[in-house]
Amino acid sequence: MIEGIDITHILIVSTCMFFIGVYGFLVRRNLITILMATELILNAVSINFVVLNKFLYPNVLQGYMFSVFIIAIAAAEAAVAIAIIINVYRRYRTINVENVHEMKY
Amino acid sequence: MNVIFFYIIAAAILGFSILSVTSRKILRAATFLLFVLISTAALYFLLQVHFLAAVQLMVYAGGIAVLIIFSILLTSNVDFTFEKIDWKKQLFSGLLALGGAAITILTLLQFNFKALIQPQTVTPDIRSFGRAFLSYGDGGFVLPFEVITVLLLAAMVAAIMVAKKSKQ
Repeated sequence: MIEGIDITHILIVSTCMFFIGVYGFLVRRNLITILMATELILNAVSINFVVLNKFLYPNVLQGYMFSVFIIAIAAAEAAVAIAIIINVYRRYRTINVENVHEMKY
Repeated sequence: MNVIFFYIIAAAILGFSILSVTSRKILRAATFLLFVLISTAALYFLLQVHFLAAVQLMVYAGGIAVLIIFSILLTSNVDFTFEKIDWKKQLFSGLLALGGAAITILTLLQFNFKALIQPQTVTPDIRSFGRAFLSYGDGGFVLPFEVITVLLLAAMVAAIMVAKKSKQ
């Protein structure tokens, strides 16, 4: 717990981060930048878990555990997404979402 | 002191996040994302969850950011600048994000958070994390831990299978 900092301040920071990620997800057209916006969203959620656990339920570890699992799943997701992006680039020579109409075969 | 540090970290997180979704050079966007992840690790250090801060630095800032930068170098021209997004899309996405943020923040400000004051508190150090990961009793996490190990292995195999060149 940080002395002098209310829980809502940290939650507001993570909310803003989440919606900045949503904004990036909506306006970007490059697949890698969309992936980066997704990482921002996941990071904001992970901050939320840690802060709520730290401030409201200091007697358990559940929130921290969820954060660790979010980080691990984000790593797996990033690896698979980047493999798919590299494959798409090899096939279409671009990673712009508007030029990739089909992902079949 | 901590209060000042918190506001510096919060400003860094928000500023670098905005830069990372609006920068028109892709490599710069990735670097700003790296700064966001490092600032988040600093926030975890400030909250005294050192294990999580170390994991964040190692996996996010060390692993995922490097992975993203490598894939940028493999798939795009570094000097390439994105064209301007048309204002309509920018406006509607901005309105959606602002509206969502406003609703969430208003709800947050009205909600009355009550801390659970309990005599025993767990210190989130590496020892208690390790115990919780491998205990199968009450509040243990051995099943999700094993599931995540299998998931990571499967994701690694899948990434290699998808990204490798097919023989033709």
